Amino acid sequence: MRTDELVDLLACNVEVVAPDSGARRFAWALGAGALGAALLMAATLGVNPALAAYVQQPTFWLKVVFVAVLAAIGLVMAQRLSRPGARLAPMPAVLAMPVLAMWMIGAAALLSAPAEARAGAFFGQTWAVCPLLVAMLAAPVFAGVIWAMKGLAPTRLRLAGAAAGFLSGAVGALVYCLHCPELAPSFIAFWYLLGMLIPTVVGAALGSRLLQW
Amino acid sequence: MQRTDNKARLTAGENRLKDLFVLGQAGDADAYKSFLTELSGHLRAYLRRRLGALPDEVEDLVQETLLAVHNQRHTYDVDRPLTAWVQAIAKFKLVDLLRRRACREALTDPLDDEVGLFAATATESSDARRDVAKLLDGLPDRQRQAIALVKLEGRSVAETARMTGMSESSVKVGIHRGLKALAAKIRNGT
Repeated sequence: MRTDELVDLLACNVEVVAPDSGARRFAWALGAGALGAALLMAATLGVNPALAAYVQQPTFWLKVVFVAVLAAIGLVMAQRLSRPGARLAPMPAVLAMPVLAMWMIGAAALLSAPAEARAGAFFGQTWAVCPLLVAMLAAPVFAGVIWAMKGLAPTRLRLAGAAAGFLSGAVGALVYCLHCPELAPSFIAFWYLLGMLIPTVVGAALGSRLLQW
Repeated sequence: MQRTDNKARLTAGENRLKDLFVLGQAGDADAYKSFLTELSGHLRAYLRRRLGALPDEVEDLVQETLLAVHNQRHTYDVDRPLTAWVQAIAKFKLVDLLRRRACREALTDPLDDEVGLFAATATESSDARRDVAKLLDGLPDRQRQAIALVKLEGRSVAETARMTGMSESSVKVGIHRGLKALAAKIRNGT
């Protein structure tokens, strides 16, 4: 087939294209993924019985807002990286801001604590499992986000995979807040972030295989 | 002065092609055809410059990229320059081809140059080596039929639905999936 014949074929009876099917796809992916993560959390970990007491504490809400902001930034990045030629800047700098802010809050909290309480505030009770559980809860979200991206057209596949991983890590962490007993900012600033970085690295590694079109 | 001229020409190209493309998105087949025709000239020039060592691949890659642009046209954000969108797709397909052929050394130019896809055009096409028509024949029946009647013979979706006994929406889905499957066949070289 000659190229002009292919052009004729493609242009013949061309359908109207509805704008912004991308946003709807991401909404479905995140809704289904977060539901999957919540069910997984309820089945394997359970909602923390002390949750009603946690919600009285400002540090709980600091944690939730921190994770939610990261999820929102991750969503913007994932959506941009799903479209050819979209600009990623200034999102990496935007992403750095809440992270740096949380590190400063965490560091300030550690410094103002008595020396013997610092290790407890940093490691909490659950440092060894927290990143892994966040990564586990990210898995269903990751599947959804990759599905959403495959319906669009990412062209920087490693970055897109990483953004998908980060977004799902942040949503997984948000769900994990319902179970997690840790409230110390220094704990969140390090171990939660580490948990989100696990699916980020996995996404970067798998991106070119999962998202090629 | 020359730079200003070049820039003005690029802007004019961007504006004209974007207008045609946006009309095409709204279902204007003539505008969409003009867009694709003009785009194939730009793609040919762009890919010829970058596939110096592989001149036989140019026309196949022009066709593959046109099909990719068509299949992914829902991902264009009208607030962004069309050039950036098209160029990202062309570059993606080019890099994919080079990676598959494992000949990155064939790149004579950095890919991220500032020249712009719409700076040059080449209307003389060489023959494509791969026959897209043959690949179309290999599609599943419903997809092949829908594409043959609507896209090759130019029948309406409603007429095609009556002729084949499919519903109108499955005709549309058949075309959509068929063209995606065609792109996958092209990529896998089967």
